[in-house]
Amino acid sequence: MTVLVGPNTKAIVQGITGREGSFHAQRMLEYGTKIVGGVTPGKGGATVHGLPVFDTVEEAVKATGADTSVVFVPAKFAAEAVYEAVDAGVKLVVVITEHIPIHDTLKFVNYARARGVNVIGPNCPGIVAPPVKVKLGIMPNNIYQVPGRIGMVSRSGTLTYEISYQLVRAGLGINTAIGVGGDPIVGTDLVEATLMMARDPDIDAIVVIGEVGGDAEERLAKLYAEGAIKKPLVGYVAGRTAPPEKRMGHAGAIVMLGSGDANGKVKALREAGIPVADTPMEVPQLVLKAIRK
Amino acid sequence: MYEYEAKEILAKYGVKIPRGRLALTPEEVRKIAEEIGKPVVLKAQVTVAGRGKAGGIKTAKTPQEAEELARRMFGMTIKGLVVKKLYVTEYQEVEREMYLSLIIDRATRRYLILASPVGGVDIEEIARKEPEKIKRVYVDPFEGLRDFHIRSVVSWLGIKAGTPQWDQASSVVKAMYRAMTELEAELVESNPLAVTKSGEVVPLDARIIVDDNSLYKHPDLEKAFEEDPRDVTEFERYAQRIGFNYVELDGDVGIIGNGAGLTMSTMDLVYHFGGRPANFLDIGGGASRDVVKEALKVLLKHPRVKSIFINIFGGITRADEVAAGIEAALAEVGSSGKKIVVRIKGTNEELGKQMLAKSGIPLFESAEEAAQKAVEMAKL
Repeated sequence: MTVLVGPNTKAIVQGITGREGSFHAQRMLEYGTKIVGGVTPGKGGATVHGLPVFDTVEEAVKATGADTSVVFVPAKFAAEAVYEAVDAGVKLVVVITEHIPIHDTLKFVNYARARGVNVIGPNCPGIVAPPVKVKLGIMPNNIYQVPGRIGMVSRSGTLTYEISYQLVRAGLGINTAIGVGGDPIVGTDLVEATLMMARDPDIDAIVVIGEVGGDAEERLAKLYAEGAIKKPLVGYVAGRTAPPEKRMGHAGAIVMLGSGDANGKVKALREAGIPVADTPMEVPQLVLKAIRK
Repeated sequence: MYEYEAKEILAKYGVKIPRGRLALTPEEVRKIAEEIGKPVVLKAQVTVAGRGKAGGIKTAKTPQEAEELARRMFGMTIKGLVVKKLYVTEYQEVEREMYLSLIIDRATRRYLILASPVGGVDIEEIARKEPEKIKRVYVDPFEGLRDFHIRSVVSWLGIKAGTPQWDQASSVVKAMYRAMTELEAELVESNPLAVTKSGEVVPLDARIIVDDNSLYKHPDLEKAFEEDPRDVTEFERYAQRIGFNYVELDGDVGIIGNGAGLTMSTMDLVYHFGGRPANFLDIGGGASRDVVKEALKVLLKHPRVKSIFINIFGGITRADEVAAGIEAALAEVGSSGKKIVVRIKGTNEELGKQMLAKSGIPLFESAEEAAQKAVEMAKL
């Protein structure tokens, strides 16, 4: 199996007539994803890449049977888009949009979770599963052509691509990669995404890519030390040279009130028995070693 | 947000704050001290924690002394930020210092109130030395702040029910929560929140960090931040104006990357191989030649930077665009003796590499080798 998506995943794109939405809808289709339509309020009846555009998510779901939505709408309208998708009955919402106000995210994420809807993001590259040819997001297609048995969970986009590329070069294919997003509040955090991967029998090892800010890595280390995860994990944490109280590109990448330092995360993971790579290039060796054990 | 702004917001929401005013010159400081008519505290208005230790908070017994101190405090630098404003407040004798803050908790996705009956030092220090003193009260974002939350916090602070202090402390909790939700803040903190010798609960310090992404909903704040940008050094402001995520560090190896994680990882690589990164500069995905040009110009003009490591990994970033950007930057401002090292993966890789090879710029397949070269060049 793959995580959160499968061979029957049918997705719509909210904001499909926008520059980003249209560009990435095309790329997702090329990858093999079943994108079945799009939504842009006021543009119902139009077509983009041969796909029907609807005014509301409700209409789109009714007409296409979509169970998933990928959100590309601008930050000001993103919360509205997520509430609409949840109420229309989709089961997974992937929010690519960056710069959504944190109090908006805090609310729509709680709203969705209370209704059993999974949210990935915001401010994330999305989710990709090479074995079933599903990509919901903006990852480069060429890196995710080799299916395999490695799971990836990451707080960073480009760093995920970099490490995926290194894994593939080392002969390791990927089952599912989830970019959980760079914001302080995300719908599915590093810990939750890792636990989902841990439950999938087709995943042998999980690469966890953390960064400065928050305490997800520490919480994961604690769970691992307690035996809640039986699979091998390999970690990497970016931002060991980041100064305190400075935001490092991602809204969530900040040491605040003394919490979130990257070196502390590396230490916590290692003390829990999880090998942590010092450079992204070391990750494949550590994965190979962990699998052979 | 500055301390005086944070306090004025709490005052607007019904909290009694120490008497005080903002001064822009030593003469104004003297005048305010005379008006207050008793010892005053001069507080440098910079938006970083740890002002006190850096000499940014001083007490003066007389208006004369206040003016003299102010002459030395205006223009001083605290963690890279120049002091241009002093907040002059009445000096209050303190019976006891407490800690109170509100944040958004990532793990539970709720508001989180942190309270401690001991304060005045960083919460980090309290957490390290006396973690049992910190109480955590979680507030559901839909349900909001309830009376039992307030009772739980105020009682933990060591204040007795039925006293005037109880009501004063309760109003502080309410005001801080209101600031958190109405201004869409990421942090609202009062440290210390004090019980004074005269028996009143008063926020002696206050800090509010608002979410930049929600500023469009708060035009007053947006305007204030535009007129007087804070939290950033001159160099950061310059880079941000051009449109980059930029953070100043203290080393001599300039860093350019795409994506926050990869750029941080590039900094870490330089450090791993014995160098010191000078900055964090993230140009984002799919960068055009103009973006690359402007980014490189920032570092070429940077006085401390000796070598520059450009690390680009993109599916959609075109290597020939990056190469063209590098050439354009060098043509415009020259290399100023700085050495550039490039590692790039992306579309049109071969074409880009040919262009850079012609300009004599070292190219690497491996980011590790490139980092080592950049470190070596900075040491020359």
